[in-house]
Amino acid sequence: MASEVERIGRERERKDIRDRWLLSAPALVIVFLAAVGPLFVMLLYSFMVKGDYGDVRPGEFSLEGWVSVFFQRDIFDDTLGLADAHLSIIWRSIQLSFLTTVLTLILGFPTAYFIATRPPHTREIWVFLVTIPFWTNLLIRTFAMQQVIRNEGLLNNALIWLGVIERPLQIMYTDTANLLGMTYVYLPLMVLPLYASIEKLDFRLVEAGYDLYATRFQVLRRIVIPLVRPGIIAGSILVFIPSLGAYVIPRVLGGGKNMMLGNLIELQFGAGRNWPLGAAMSITLMALVMVALIVYVRNASRGGAGHV
Amino acid sequence: MTHSRATGAHGGAIGLNGIKKWFGTFQAVDDVTLDIRSNEFFTLLGPSGCGKTTLLRMIAGFELPTEGSLTLDGAEISSLLPNQRPVNTVFQNYALFPHLTVAENIGFGLKMLGRPKAETAAVVADMLKLVHLEGRGDDPVTQLSGGQQQRVALARALAPRPKVLLLDEPLSALDLKLRKSMQIELKRLQAETGITFIFVTHDQEEALTMSDRIAVMSSGKVRQVGTAREIYDRPADRFVADFIGETNFLEATVERVEAGRAVLRLPSGATLTAGLPDGLSPSGKVSFVIRPEHAGLVAAGSGTIDGTLGNVVYFGTDTHYHVHLDDGATFIVRRQNARAGASGGPEAGQRVGILFGEDAAQILRD
Repeated sequence: MASEVERIGRERERKDIRDRWLLSAPALVIVFLAAVGPLFVMLLYSFMVKGDYGDVRPGEFSLEGWVSVFFQRDIFDDTLGLADAHLSIIWRSIQLSFLTTVLTLILGFPTAYFIATRPPHTREIWVFLVTIPFWTNLLIRTFAMQQVIRNEGLLNNALIWLGVIERPLQIMYTDTANLLGMTYVYLPLMVLPLYASIEKLDFRLVEAGYDLYATRFQVLRRIVIPLVRPGIIAGSILVFIPSLGAYVIPRVLGGGKNMMLGNLIELQFGAGRNWPLGAAMSITLMALVMVALIVYVRNASRGGAGHV
Repeated sequence: MTHSRATGAHGGAIGLNGIKKWFGTFQAVDDVTLDIRSNEFFTLLGPSGCGKTTLLRMIAGFELPTEGSLTLDGAEISSLLPNQRPVNTVFQNYALFPHLTVAENIGFGLKMLGRPKAETAAVVADMLKLVHLEGRGDDPVTQLSGGQQQRVALARALAPRPKVLLLDEPLSALDLKLRKSMQIELKRLQAETGITFIFVTHDQEEALTMSDRIAVMSSGKVRQVGTAREIYDRPADRFVADFIGETNFLEATVERVEAGRAVLRLPSGATLTAGLPDGLSPSGKVSFVIRPEHAGLVAAGSGTIDGTLGNVVYFGTDTHYHVHLDDGATFIVRRQNARAGASGGPEAGQRVGILFGEDAAQILRD
């Protein structure tokens, strides 16, 4: 009798497991085809030999792609030296992405706080307004930014008209242009998660802070920021990742001299005809993002006393 | 308990003068004038929406009065920010900082005031002892029970030694038993610290048991201010009489007023004397109240009025007799139960008389 019960139990368990796999099968197929598969192809290509007209030579493997991410062969004696051009582009990408994250945080926090403290139905309107830029293609938004910051653009004309400057500021084709462009484009990605966090904040805690003699700054530092830390982390991640891989913005605003990692990768798959190098760089980018995330999340959640 | 810092402590006196508060077109507080004395346990009692919490928030500094003046020990404080007032609040849902420990919560105010670390630590230790949470200082507040969180909230508000402590329905989230013990606890803390307590509640029992004085509020107005006994025995108007305790409302005609008391004639022809609210000299028809325990059942014809006994409700400590008067109203008489009181109580359907106790009737300001 007991064995019969056991048998039915086992059978039911097996059926549960089978159903679970069947139900998640479509999702698994999509994840595999769309995410894991291409990644695997990239990883494979990074260990292959480049073809003469792009692509890779079938069946031939080499570490050349990975080596040339960080090193370059001397034209004369064929010795390996550090690939300064690549490294400086990687370093600039990290710096610019970090600055973009900081800038969007500085601009986004007051914005999100402002929205979260409006009456409920007004909040919806503000959130709606924040999402409006997403209606337009990234490329178009970037060209719009170009119209603002170019030498004869809105900003320069306004500054000259106000008498602040005599000659237009050269912003286009500099890192400043990249930074401005990325800050503008990625700001909503910071504002929205911050808003979600601040909106959940119990403002009675803010009152309790004032009641207990805290100044505005102390309330911000001791109460608001620790409590909305999850939103700060989420927003920073959402801004930092696309910044590091940005392609369109540095292409349009930074010009050829101020490449970022995304442009460098594109170059290898395009004019450079070096797919293994491009693939190795892509995976390097992913690794950078992962390291940055781990370091950031570890640091950010420390001292949270179990509150994240 | 020896609590050195409590000796010679001086609670602040709060003066409210013609305070009005409008939220858009809604008037939350309507011309409130109150003098809350130093060292007093003062309660603002009223139903929800009566303006009591708004009043408290104005004293704390979270709201500005639209009109009127607000003083602490005689000095105007309406223009001071909450963090500039020596007044602390125990919030309704405690509003403890969830990312800080018990000790960090309690020490928050002192830290913000820039007190030395050693002093803060000493006060926090004192406070933990005061609210019986010794050894729990390093616990996260999120791990405490409701009653413990309540005590942390109290300790946090008391730690900076405010002149006035504001309590916004602090007991409403606790269960009955805990609430009873916290009532006694609060009273003890108030006596020990010498701080003026201003307590907001909608619970009449809380108000009656703890307060030195009570202000009963409704629709933004203060209806009556007095000790628990004054409010209960001498309600000034129908709202106060109805809101606090159970009561019987009756009508009568004023025969004459003499020596601060009125002689009333009931429709049945019987006469009685009734107390008067201050400064009222009524004439014609008036309403008056008699508490159920200030009347007794007697044989028909020998009381002040007669009626037919309806429901008899047994409550353990006492029994309520619902008497249907001849004019259709119901009059409740409460009688304390004696042991084995089952023998010979009046029964439903019987004609009975109701005898009003000496000085039981109180005329209302309508």
